[in-house]
Amino acid sequence: MAEFQVRTMADCMAAGETPEVLFWVGCAGSFDDRAKKITKAIANILHKANVSFAILGSEESCTGDPAKRAGNEFLFQMMAMQNIEVMNAYEVKKIVTGCPHCFNTLKNEYPALGGNYEVMHHTQLIQDLIADGKLSIEGGAFKGKKITFHDPCYLGRGNGEYEAPRALIQKLDAELVEMKRCKTNGLCCGAGGAQMFKEAEKGNKEVNIERTEDALAIQPNVIATGCPFCNTMMTDGVKHFEQEHVIAVKDIAELIAEAGEL
Amino acid sequence: MIGQIIFIILLSAAGYMAFKRFQFVRRNILLGRDVKIEGESSDRWGTMIRVALGQGKMFSRPIAAIFHLFLYVGFVIINIEVIEIVLDGVLGQHRLFHGIGPIYNWLMASFEVLAFLVILGCVVFLYRRNIAKLARFHWREMTNWPKSDANIILFTEIALMSAFLSMNAAESILAARGIEHYVNLGTLPISQFVTPFLDGCSDGMLIFVERFCWWFHIIGILAFIVYLSYSKHLHILLAFPNTYYSKLRPAGALDNMSNVTNEVKLMMDPAAQVVEDPLAPKKFGAKDVADLTWVQLMNAYSCTECGRCTSQCPANQTGKLLSPRKIMMDTRDRMEEVGRCMDAGVSYDNKSLLGDYITFEELWACTSCNACTEACPININPLEIIIDLRRYLMMEESQSPESITTMLTNIENNGAPWAFAQADRGNWTQE
Ligand code: HEM
Ligand code: SF4
Ligand code: SF4
Repeated sequence: MAEFQVRTMADCMAAGETPEVLFWVGCAGSFDDRAKKITKAIANILHKANVSFAILGSEESCTGDPAKRAGNEFLFQMMAMQNIEVMNAYEVKKIVTGCPHCFNTLKNEYPALGGNYEVMHHTQLIQDLIADGKLSIEGGAFKGKKITFHDPCYLGRGNGEYEAPRALIQKLDAELVEMKRCKTNGLCCGAGGAQMFKEAEKGNKEVNIERTEDALAIQPNVIATGCPFCNTMMTDGVKHFEQEHVIAVKDIAELIAEAGEL
Repeated sequence: MIGQIIFIILLSAAGYMAFKRFQFVRRNILLGRDVKIEGESSDRWGTMIRVALGQGKMFSRPIAAIFHLFLYVGFVIINIEVIEIVLDGVLGQHRLFHGIGPIYNWLMASFEVLAFLVILGCVVFLYRRNIAKLARFHWREMTNWPKSDANIILFTEIALMSAFLSMNAAESILAARGIEHYVNLGTLPISQFVTPFLDGCSDGMLIFVERFCWWFHIIGILAFIVYLSYSKHLHILLAFPNTYYSKLRPAGALDNMSNVTNEVKLMMDPAAQVVEDPLAPKKFGAKDVADLTWVQLMNAYSCTECGRCTSQCPANQTGKLLSPRKIMMDTRDRMEEVGRCMDAGVSYDNKSLLGDYITFEELWACTSCNACTEACPININPLEIIIDLRRYLMMEESQSPESITTMLTNIENNGAPWAFAQADRGNWTQE
């Protein structure tokens, strides 16, 4: 990241500062080449809005979400307790995540183990930043474009947030179009519950193909996502139908960053 | 007098059979382990009123919801009439409440409208099951019994309501002919269309029809109450407690296993202070019904087998073996089996819910997306059963798909599901 340096909590502590927000990057956001672009977009937005934030860097670990959903509660709790120890040592109060799975786990499953934080999904925080006048979107890069939003299960049904991402799409002056299955009825991309890390069970179709068909049926210019795993699944789906030159798959954070020419 | 004695015997026999069956169901539910009920009871009442009483989640499918509303409202209100029938039967009276005045005829008229709507609802439900063959009623787990179960109830309700209407029609004609005992019910909105069919009958025949319908109606209702407990129609009672005890936390949140917490704490720090949770289960995860909580077992008895969950399930829609409805039906079937074995004093340990009923392949097709819990009109949670069974597979039997084992090893060794070094997590900031 050339424009500015993203700091770690350790850097801040050494400088005697306490950042307001911890940006929880997540595994995909840290290591997956496609997801790193989303991570950078979020960092850019936070920087642009003058949010005082830092990451954990090498002190961050997997939240344990895939372990918990695979049934390995031991490993989940080990990861959770280590992470909580680190975050409590830095006196973390507020967290923003780039991934709905991290968001759900930190928000709902860490309190029972001693980790109590205010946790937000990046679309929620960005919405707040705009509402507070800390961020404005000028550029009309997406004006009039047809954008559909694929609800991540752990943001939508899992935590009842359907509006923040949609409000952001509308801020882009884009035309928000809905797939036939959306919001509470939204269809999973197929990655959750640790499925991302295994072959699908025997069936007659991949879930992401079924979901991509929903999107293709309404011919959007962009499929917007709010989860790095959904992003991978939908990108693969669009490639499967050889539509990658017609339909872009982008995270909401990327859309906001591009529109604001960040 | 003989009539009274027969009636009381029938009433007591049905009461006894229903009592035994409900006791059996209750005992089976309580095989489940105890669990801490979180949240405020006012929120729980709210959920019950909205979801069960108010049928709040039914309306995502408006047609089914409206016709079900006819059945629901009709059934509940017409049962006021049953109070009169029972009192008449026991006391040897005829239309005991007729003395209350004109409101009686008004009530009878409204019961008739409801009875008609119930018949209409049943006909529509029979149609969508057997003629329109709605997909969700015809998946793999919908074998003969679940299909007949629904049809039996629908036909029975039609028969009961028709008997009620014919009884009123016969009564009206007999009253018009000035026969003693029979009361003038005024102009009845529905049974007036039945009277032309009975007009030609002799007085004796009409008296027989009236009595036959009366007995048929009450015996039918008594049989229905006993039958309920064997059937998915238990939902008409259990929908209420089931929604009351349903999860208040966000759907995405899974429970924390306190028995694991203590072990992990001691593992990380042998000197750690741990508090024993008296409700913590002995096993890690669930192998059989008794390892699930009683709320999960009540879920299984409450399921209406409507298949809304399965029709929304991404795994099922893409041809995988998993069906959340089957998870609930299996849990119920196994619970009944365990219950029967216990009563017969024979062992039920040679089988278990995990493996004999629900397979590895089904469990591992779930994406934990919560489409099933969202779709269920009575707030049943198939996902939590799936997760509990996976936990047992994973933690007690060390069974998981190979790639999952690799993923878990990566998390354990380098803090990420892939084989990347934790030290490199912040590298993106330099790229
Ligand atoms: C108390 C009176 C009630 C009666 C007499 C009643 C009756 C019935 C009957 C006869 C069916 C069968 C339809 C079929 O399978 O074809 C049915 C289905 C169903 N009932 Fe009820 N019910 C009652 C209460 C409730 C309540 C309180 C709920 C809670 C929301 C509920 C939820 C359902 C659902 C979800 C189905 C499946 C509907 C479908 O297939 O679309 N019922 N009910
Ligand atoms: S949570 Fe699992 S069982 Fe329920 S709908 Fe999603 S994939 Fe199917
Ligand atoms: S679990 Fe709920 S949605 Fe699924 S079949 Fe049973 S009642 Fe219907």
